[in-house]
Amino acid sequence: MTMDGAEVLLRTVTEDATAILDEWIAALRQSGTLQSGRIREAELRTQAEAVFTQFREALSSDGLDTTAKGFAPVLDTLGDASRSRALQGFTPTDTANFVLALKEPIFAALRRTCGLDASGLAAGVSATGAVLDRLSLHTMEVYMASREAVIGRQGQEITELSTPVVRLWDGILALPLIGTLDSARTGVVMETLLQAIVEEEAEIAIIDITGVPTVDTLVAQHLLKTVAAARLMGADCIVSGIRPQIAQTMVHLGVELNVVSKATMADAFAVALRRTGRKVVRRQAAPDGERR
Amino acid sequence: MDRIPILKLGGVLIVTIQVDMHDRLALALEEDLTAMVVRTGARGVLLEISALEIVDSFIGRMLVSIAAVSRVLDAETVVAGMRPAVAITLVELGLELTGIRTALNVERGMAILQARLSEDDEDHGSARDDDED
Repeated sequence: MTMDGAEVLLRTVTEDATAILDEWIAALRQSGTLQSGRIREAELRTQAEAVFTQFREALSSDGLDTTAKGFAPVLDTLGDASRSRALQGFTPTDTANFVLALKEPIFAALRRTCGLDASGLAAGVSATGAVLDRLSLHTMEVYMASREAVIGRQGQEITELSTPVVRLWDGILALPLIGTLDSARTGVVMETLLQAIVEEEAEIAIIDITGVPTVDTLVAQHLLKTVAAARLMGADCIVSGIRPQIAQTMVHLGVELNVVSKATMADAFAVALRRTGRKVVRRQAAPDGERR
Repeated sequence: MDRIPILKLGGVLIVTIQVDMHDRLALALEEDLTAMVVRTGARGVLLEISALEIVDSFIGRMLVSIAAVSRVLDAETVVAGMRPAVAITLVELGLELTGIRTALNVERGMAILQARLSEDDEDHGSARDDDED
């Protein structure tokens, strides 16, 4: 009597289901997944039971072929589980262990089923290894993909967060830049600024680079592009917030901005007000030691 | 449509580009505009391009050369109403239109040209010190 690995495996997980499931959950508990407090035991048990049932059904319908349709439900469940683990901050080891911990209980059950049938045991072990490895690779892939999605979204959010256009006054816009200016950022900055110029009918835009850590020739070139594009729209630009060290670096590098530049945003705002024909005056002489 | 209309308003010529510019149209416009500046003795040219959605390097260069030719004939060119996408494209192409005045819309563009015209009037000794508006 010789059986191939898939049959041995299927018979084992069908006949010995309760024992395998209990041992699996025990192994999961031992591996410390629960100790982090990120998942409760009841939830873990529900997940394990769902995966186990779907795994058994897939084995009976499609054998060891994990790409077949019968494996879709178990792959989906595993995918959901590892996606939620990625978001909950589980380590990759914890995530991969979820499936890999199922190996030992199945091996033990195979030993019970096959007894002295060495060739059947060997076939069963190799089949189990093959199918569970593939399942665990799938969980890792989903895990990595969801981590990368999170990173990508964060990157996009940072870009959006760091390019606000602020309306200071009628026709005066401010663009406080934060972070290094690269080509991609410059594109976003330019677009938002030009759009704001159209919407606010702005005459003057103040580009504040207090939050830009370094200004090299490339950053300067990006700044100049933005200024040139704003000028084409009929708006003048003032660059403000150039820190002393940055001013020195720029001169040493031979970077010339060739635009109106001011040390602080306040200075730039004063210039902008003057150019649009406005003036800030004190309504009355401030009494000494008294502030409104 | 093989010609872009040029309107005269006071001392200013107004050109609004309402169609997609192609190369021959741009060349014709430059020729017509030059002739018109000479014939009318206009002091300013307002190019309104808010409907212009696509520019290439040729059209960009035409804008520069129209402005340069007008300046030789003592008329200032103001480009008004450029779209953000067009502005970005021109900058990426390296055409920053240096030497051309720009304005957000026709109203502002006219204000720039009017200011120049009234300045010129004063230079010619009209002796109107108080009613500059």
